[in-house]
Amino acid sequence: MNGNRTRLFDVAVIGAGMAGMATSLFAARRDLSCVQVGNGGGILFASGLLDLLGVHPVADRRRWDCPFEALSSLRRDLPDHPLARVGDDALRAAFEAFVSELGAVGLPYAPLDGANHPVLTSIGTVKTTYAVPRSMMAGVEMMRSRPSCLLVDFRGLREFSARQVVAKIGADWPGLHSVRVEFPGFEAVSELYAAHLARAIESAATRDSVAERVRPLLGDATAVGFPAVLGLSRSGEVHERLQQSLGLPVFEIPTMPTSVPGLRLKDAMEAALAAWRVVRHVQAKVTKVSFDDDVATLSLDDVPGGQTIRARSVVLATGRFTGGGLSAGRGHVSERVLDLPVHQPGTRGEWHRRDFLDPAGHPVNRAGLATDGDFRPLSADGRPAWHRLFATGSILAHQDWMREKCGSGLAIGTAWTAVEAISRGLQAPRKAG
Amino acid sequence: METQVLIIGGGVTGTAVARDLALRGVDCILVEKDDVNAGASGRNHGLLHSGARYVAHDQDAATECRIEGDILKRVASRAIQDTGGYFVAVQGDDEKYVGDFPGFCARAGITARPVDVATARAREPAISDKAIAVYEVPDASVDPFRLSLESMAQARSLGARLMRRTRVVGFEREGREIRAAVVQDGTNGTTQRVHVSQVMNAAGAWAREVAQLAGAPIEMLYSKGTLLVTHGRLARRVINRLRPPGNADILMPGGTVSILGTTSSRVEDLRDIHPTVDEVDLILREATPMLPPLETMRIIRAYAGVRPLVGSPSGSDGRTVSRGFALFDHEADGLSNFATITGGKLTTCRLMAERAADLVCRRLGVTRPCLTASDPIPVSPECEWTEPGRAPRSWMSALHVDDPLICECEMVSGSVLDALYQALRAAGDTPTLTDIGLRSRIGKGACQGAFCAVRAVAHLYQNGDFQGSRGLDEIVDFFRERWGGQHAVLWGQQLAQAELMEALHCGLFGEELR
Ligand SMILES: Cc1cc2nc3c(=O)[nH]c(=O)nc-3n(C[C@H](O)[C@H](O)[C@H](O)COP(=O)(O)OP(=O)(O)OC[C@H]3O[C@@H](n4cnc5c(N)ncnc54)[C@H](O)[C@@H]3O)c2cc1C
Ligand SMILES: Cc1cc2nc3c(=O)[nH]c(=O)nc-3n(C[C@H](O)[C@H](O)[C@H](O)COP(=O)(O)OP(=O)(O)OC[C@H]3O[C@@H](n4cnc5c(N)ncnc54)[C@H](O)[C@@H]3O)c2cc1C
Repeated sequence: MNGNRTRLFDVAVIGAGMAGMATSLFAARRDLSCVQVGNGGGILFASGLLDLLGVHPVADRRRWDCPFEALSSLRRDLPDHPLARVGDDALRAAFEAFVSELGAVGLPYAPLDGANHPVLTSIGTVKTTYAVPRSMMAGVEMMRSRPSCLLVDFRGLREFSARQVVAKIGADWPGLHSVRVEFPGFEAVSELYAAHLARAIESAATRDSVAERVRPLLGDATAVGFPAVLGLSRSGEVHERLQQSLGLPVFEIPTMPTSVPGLRLKDAMEAALAAWRVVRHVQAKVTKVSFDDDVATLSLDDVPGGQTIRARSVVLATGRFTGGGLSAGRGHVSERVLDLPVHQPGTRGEWHRRDFLDPAGHPVNRAGLATDGDFRPLSADGRPAWHRLFATGSILAHQDWMREKCGSGLAIGTAWTAVEAISRGLQAPRKAG
Repeated sequence: METQVLIIGGGVTGTAVARDLALRGVDCILVEKDDVNAGASGRNHGLLHSGARYVAHDQDAATECRIEGDILKRVASRAIQDTGGYFVAVQGDDEKYVGDFPGFCARAGITARPVDVATARAREPAISDKAIAVYEVPDASVDPFRLSLESMAQARSLGARLMRRTRVVGFEREGREIRAAVVQDGTNGTTQRVHVSQVMNAAGAWAREVAQLAGAPIEMLYSKGTLLVTHGRLARRVINRLRPPGNADILMPGGTVSILGTTSSRVEDLRDIHPTVDEVDLILREATPMLPPLETMRIIRAYAGVRPLVGSPSGSDGRTVSRGFALFDHEADGLSNFATITGGKLTTCRLMAERAADLVCRRLGVTRPCLTASDPIPVSPECEWTEPGRAPRSWMSALHVDDPLICECEMVSGSVLDALYQALRAAGDTPTLTDIGLRSRIGKGACQGAFCAVRAVAHLYQNGDFQGSRGLDEIVDFFRERWGGQHAVLWGQQLAQAELMEALHCGLFGEELR
């Protein structure tokens, strides 16, 4: 990466969560030269489900079967919401592009049909989401028709009790049953880690032995659910083979992070970015960015004394408090890299509501960067802070992705729109260096 | 239902009364509207006062604390950590107070040894370099949960009965006598009568409410106090500010954490007591001059309790009202078998119980003497788990092939949950995750239950302990309680932690949509 010091990139993306990944991917697909800084910590927490928009207005707890209908309601009610500024066509194109990239690197998703889907979670709640990994899709069909169905859990996998799920929704789904089995090869271990199981089950012998242990317990089940541990890089194959040996549809149930689907997503995104030749600095943080008329210079902290990167445009995809894009003192919220103005409630007393599950949500979750229609963050005077500085994902103000169930949609949709604007701004996109 | 003595309130006082009466062979039932230590006893600072804090303005209180502190160190040793304490003055503090302090301590019989500032700072590096005087006193830390649970366990072993989630809602009175108390089951709302010979109202701040039900007015004030829990322990000893009692004067060691406080403000209403952002900021502002590392310390929790103060107002904040206890026999209110014990301190709960039990026994004609100052409280295994470090020790020393860790912050394993569940179950209760939380360290670490609540519920289901669809409610109730202590301290890392908790429980699981 010696040449990177002098190379002038079209786009520098700060952050490697869902938003940073989507931004880099979309930029590279448009033939823009792209460099990304940051580790993929954020994406590890993801469930594999890619939400678009599930709930609006949050205070009414209204769930939507169609995310695009939800969006038109959102656009009316919350015109400043970042997703209100991304068109339906852009969202459709962005999701298609995103899941097809994932499919190309071995993480297949079920075809997008414009509808939201109900997914059973590991604690027995039903989540509304948009793009569903193929390995989870049979569960969606089961949720809808509720035939006889078996949920399997593994002793020692502490975050998932199939019996608990059945107890929770069994009253509305009489054919749902649970069994617990020992995971082959881990009989003497008290705590199982999802990632270890996922790696182990990629071996044909282990997979067959799981199938052998489950087969006698099937009863009249018409499908079998497992916790999401069915393979890492070869999950498509594991899922397929398990269906064959059980002779039934098999589906995964998303579990508590850090989960296997999060690992898969991280690995797949990394593979996709590598395929598109995105230059990545995974061990680095951006400590400073300085701008002149046409070029931004990013300072990185990965080597002693630091190094710099030069780019014609910059995208801030640094996330919120967990990701590190925002930080909160006792008095106010600030933006970490550039100290951009942060839209926020008046005082700390107004940040959170007294009830954790208050349907209205916590006001601090709608704090963040205010932007123009191209997702360029605004400085104190209300004008873009720099003409080619953009922000994507959860750092943006006026949204509450946790309550609205729009985390991935926010990342993917704003990335798409920002990259379009970058591409327009750079006019004749060319490969630098 | 029938009993000799009905005790109302399961705090340190009520449970100490139950222990005292049981040791004298008197049959009693303790009714508690929520759970053991649901009131001030579960929301205090945990300082076993040497008395030094009171020497300047209340020599009697100081002496009482000294004597009672010594007794509790003997009879309740497992609940107490004899950490010792420092009194520290910093530049700008009242020098006359500092000068008078050793003399006042001597008068109350409290050993206060001067320690030179450099030595004190070497032993407790959190102390400011602006310290000007340090004295060492025999302060100690007490785990009020363990104290109450062990007292109650001993009382039960001697025949006393505990009814949790049972609230006294009325009395049946005939002339000067209460014949029965009407109690209501908090889970299903049904009421029943408990026929009684004697009633002891140990309802803490609620004592006025309870006495009113019996037709006996008491004058009481309520003083709310807020406390902060730090991430990690800042000092080994109790660190007191050497100045007239004020806000945020005391830093307590509490196992793996430190507890800083308190504030004091008058409140009129006992409902909806919660720590506020202003109180949190006030505490940090006031305490930082003595303990500068607090400026950047991560705070994982805040909680607030209400001190019942008996008497009438003489100051605006309640701090100047006596913190002594009061025993009312209510004879003047026309009652012959109803009494109230309230006010006081955690440190003096045993003495309060002794006086209360003396009165009850006199009224019952029981002549056996009080044994609580001489007989140590016996070990009850199910009461061990509130101690930080206890669960990790037992987990690490056991062969835990089938004993998974459930709470990783505090290293509480499945077998601890099972033991607590079984113990509660054996007493005829329907245990909840919140009940188990009160009796263990689960959810008390940095994650404040975000991850372990999910694992704990899965574990309890899998063992067949939990059934039906209540699991989600268990998780949600547990969080609501944990969150109550979090919303005022959410900045920095703790805000990031809270965000992750919400991403998981709302973003992924959608618990708010239930
Ligand atoms: C528990 C959990 C459950 C989730 N479940 C779902 C789900 O069910 N469905 C769904 O659609 N989505 C889910 N998500 C994912 C969610 O969509 C995304 O996490 C969210 O949109 C935020 O993404 P982001 O990229 O904006 O921020 P983050 O994921 O926080 O990423 C920010 C990135 O920026 C980096 N960074 C910060 N500062 C710097 C710096 N100075 N220099 C370099 N790098 C920096 C960080 O290291 C990090 O990689 C879940 C997330 C979590 C945490
Ligand atoms: C912020 C703060 C810090 C403190 N710090 C210290 C300290 O460091 N050292 C010290 O020695 N003391 C301290 N104290 C004082 C100490 O906590 C109290 O004196 C003590 O806990 C009082 O115990 P109690 O059992 O009398 O009352 P409580 O613990 O309040 O118990 C009363 C119980 O009665 C129950 N109840 C109420 N009404 C009914 C009803 N109708 N039916 C059934 N049950 C009912 C309640 O649920 C409650 O559990 C502090 C107090 C506060 C508030």
